[in-house]
Amino acid sequence: MPTETIAGHTIELDANGFMTDAAAWNREIALEMAARVGIELTDKHWKVIEFCRKDAKEKGVAPGLRRITKNAGVSMRDMYQLFPKGPGKLAALVSGLPKPKSCV
Amino acid sequence: MSEEKPVSSEDKPRKVVIICSKGTLDMAYPGLILANAARMVGIDAMVFFTFWGMDIITKKKMDKLKVATVGNPSMGIPTFIGSIPGMSALASSMMKKEMEKLELPSVPELVEILDASGAELYACQMAMDMFKLTRDDLVPEIKDVLDAMEFWEKAEGAQIVFV
Repeated sequence: MPTETIAGHTIELDANGFMTDAAAWNREIALEMAARVGIELTDKHWKVIEFCRKDAKEKGVAPGLRRITKNAGVSMRDMYQLFPKGPGKLAALVSGLPKPKSCV
Repeated sequence: MSEEKPVSSEDKPRKVVIICSKGTLDMAYPGLILANAARMVGIDAMVFFTFWGMDIITKKKMDKLKVATVGNPSMGIPTFIGSIPGMSALASSMMKKEMEKLELPSVPELVEILDASGAELYACQMAMDMFKLTRDDLVPEIKDVLDAMEFWEKAEGAQIVFV
């Protein structure tokens, strides 16, 4: 597994650039991972991130996009504004979770 | 994190076009799900509805799509049983229940999701004429009605999937 220095921490990433250990995540890492994909995190992003991390902890998998929009208090349109380059993956990416397996 | 750039090997933004030509439940889902998944990973997506695929975007029909129980070997039931009145409705409702368990959206919701995702939805002019449909018969998410030549203009540079 490749490692990278993100926000001063040595972080292990999988082949797709997702963190392999969600426990190693912190807010500074989220900020830098978001910046690398051109996103500046806002309060709305944090709301999504908090839901994703909580849900992943409970369910053992990263939530799919529709699950986020049904439960995190953000609309589908919001998600595309927050993560224009692909809300299906990027929410999990900045949340330090594995790539979601969901189709919707 | 190179994979976050939705670009093809030629470094142009990727674009997919899905043509939905069938109106059964089992043929509606693959096209809609694939188009939506493209948007989810940042790929531009367009869906063109034609022929029986018009049912997917026709207000009166979209939430009543059925699975074919006759002439469908995958159903695993003999055709004479599949032809009993109500069998198709029964099979369809069973399939919809399974989809709910998987948290799959209904067809009308999936059309809404596609619109919210920024996918462009188009209807086929010839199919509109043939089935005597007007714009009012179609869901408002339909961006425009295209003839076959306009379709090719809109589809320029895209990977095309026919369902």
